[in-house]
Amino acid sequence: MFELLGIPPQVLFGQLLLGLINGSFYAVLSLGLAVIFGLLNIINFTHGAQYMLGAFGAWMLLNYLGVGYWWAVFIVPPIVGVTGIVLERVLIRRLYHLDHLYGLLLTFGLALIIVGFFRQFFGVSGLPYPPPPLLTGGYNLGFMYLPNSRAWVIAASLIVCLATWFIIEKTRLGAYLRAATENPTMVGAFGINVPLLVTLTYGFGVALAGFAGVLAAPIYAVNPNMGADLIIVVFAVVVIGGMGSILGSIITGFGLGLIEGLTRVFYPEGSAVVIFVIMALVLLVKPAGLFGRGV
Amino acid sequence: MTTDTNSIAIAAITSVGAAGMPRHHLAIFAALFVFLVAAPFLLYPIFVMKVLCFALFACAFNLLLGFGGLLSFGHAAYFGMASYVSAHAAKMWGLTPELAIIAGTLVAAVLGLAIGSLAIRRHGIYFAMVTLAFAQMIYFFSLQAAFTGGEDGIQAVPRGHLFGLIDLRSSEVLYFFVLAIFFAGILLIYRIIHSPFGQVLKAIRENEPRAISLGYRVNRYKLAVFVLSAALAGVAGATKAIVFQLASLTDVYWTMSGEVVLMTLLGGMGTVFGPIVGAAVIVTMQNYLATFGDWVTIGQGIIFVVAVLSFREGIVGVLAKWIRKPL
Repeated sequence: MFELLGIPPQVLFGQLLLGLINGSFYAVLSLGLAVIFGLLNIINFTHGAQYMLGAFGAWMLLNYLGVGYWWAVFIVPPIVGVTGIVLERVLIRRLYHLDHLYGLLLTFGLALIIVGFFRQFFGVSGLPYPPPPLLTGGYNLGFMYLPNSRAWVIAASLIVCLATWFIIEKTRLGAYLRAATENPTMVGAFGINVPLLVTLTYGFGVALAGFAGVLAAPIYAVNPNMGADLIIVVFAVVVIGGMGSILGSIITGFGLGLIEGLTRVFYPEGSAVVIFVIMALVLLVKPAGLFGRGV
Repeated sequence: MTTDTNSIAIAAITSVGAAGMPRHHLAIFAALFVFLVAAPFLLYPIFVMKVLCFALFACAFNLLLGFGGLLSFGHAAYFGMASYVSAHAAKMWGLTPELAIIAGTLVAAVLGLAIGSLAIRRHGIYFAMVTLAFAQMIYFFSLQAAFTGGEDGIQAVPRGHLFGLIDLRSSEVLYFFVLAIFFAGILLIYRIIHSPFGQVLKAIRENEPRAISLGYRVNRYKLAVFVLSAALAGVAGATKAIVFQLASLTDVYWTMSGEVVLMTLLGGMGTVFGPIVGAAVIVTMQNYLATFGDWVTIGQGIIFVVAVLSFREGIVGVLAKWIRKPL
């Protein structure tokens, strides 16, 4: 049996795998934030609450309607996305002509309301979500044991991230989106319905948060506060990556998850703050972020 | 500039009192002082002290947001860390309360210098996110560091003897100590706002590129106001630790940063007296509606949404519009 720096390989790879899972959540959530920020110029503080809505959506489908995980993966994200569209239509769009800071404050208030309601009705102790049978087993890869549930989370987030990247960077719809972020008036003059595009983009970004929530349900306890701390780490990820680039948020998300996992192996006390330390270093050297443009 | 604000400015200039302060400001400060001296005999002193601590915290925050135009979303870091330091200094080192508060303030100022010098490299919402992320770092530090007592916090902090002489165990005596700190704090903030330094800050807030082209070293001004604001938030946090004899994780958690934003927004950002009103409203709401549990959070969220959508001047901002004078 070989050892790396005195750490048994099972421990090392186990933590790296956990890091990769956290990284999947960072990537999907920061991607959603980046998509929303790109077109709406709003830091969606409600993102953590919308992630929580995804997890609760899956939990409610199972417990109230008996609908299982695999259906939830497809049903819940669009539903959460539609709640986002309603918010955008009713509230957020009133702020586009104002300083961006008001968008942050409004979505912060919305997060308080949503999380408050769920705390009031479901309490703060976590609700269990049993993983579906397909996700309970695992494979022995020789050097480590790979549980199916983890492999699935990583694969699913990678697929969703790459699909989003493909849509935005390589399709005609994506071209409209990118053009609208540069010059909405011009794009509108070409007959594209920019307000509709904005609404759908917000809905899509929120659906990404909901998707991450469904993925999280069998792994972490379903809990009203589950998004609260995560979202701030994701903000740090966004600052490190720089929000200019879609690919940047995906790479930074997975990469920082891995770094966090490594820190947990070699210096466990530092694992909660390592991302913030990296953020401080990146700000010192490259204030625009690793993949960002401008300051 | 609109004619409306012009006439406000003219009204302000024409009614300057003896202390170099517009007469109506002087009158408000005097009325506030009289009310606060009488308050402990009319209201529960601990409650009024809580309002005073949060009002000072909100005023310190407003110095940064309302006058510097910088939205820090991590001000709980300075408030909470100062409260830990002063609690530790009073309990473990046996420092007198005024020295404990000074220790907390100094730590908050140093922390503000460290975080501020990094955060001012980004603008707008990035600035807000960076300050928030650093504050979360401070939170995790407070959770793990040995001296903070983790989940329990630092309890049974002695109120001690002021200057080693005056026993502060009685809440009535302590109240006047807190009142003195509060008044010194807001008068200092008032002085800063109305100094040449404060005018440069306003210029930066209104048009940063123009301030730069006029030759001002904008980043130095921003950092200076950031440190001042952090230190004053530290005074508030340290005083709160002495009053409640407790420093805990709630003071350093990011929801506290949100609360101070709410107080400032509700009272009126960029006004002198707004944050005091905002803090009084929010603390009163939390104190008297505590039995409703999470409905208070929901209520705060709703206030936030309403304030952002249709009440951006805040309570005092609206009043100032009515009487056509800056408040």
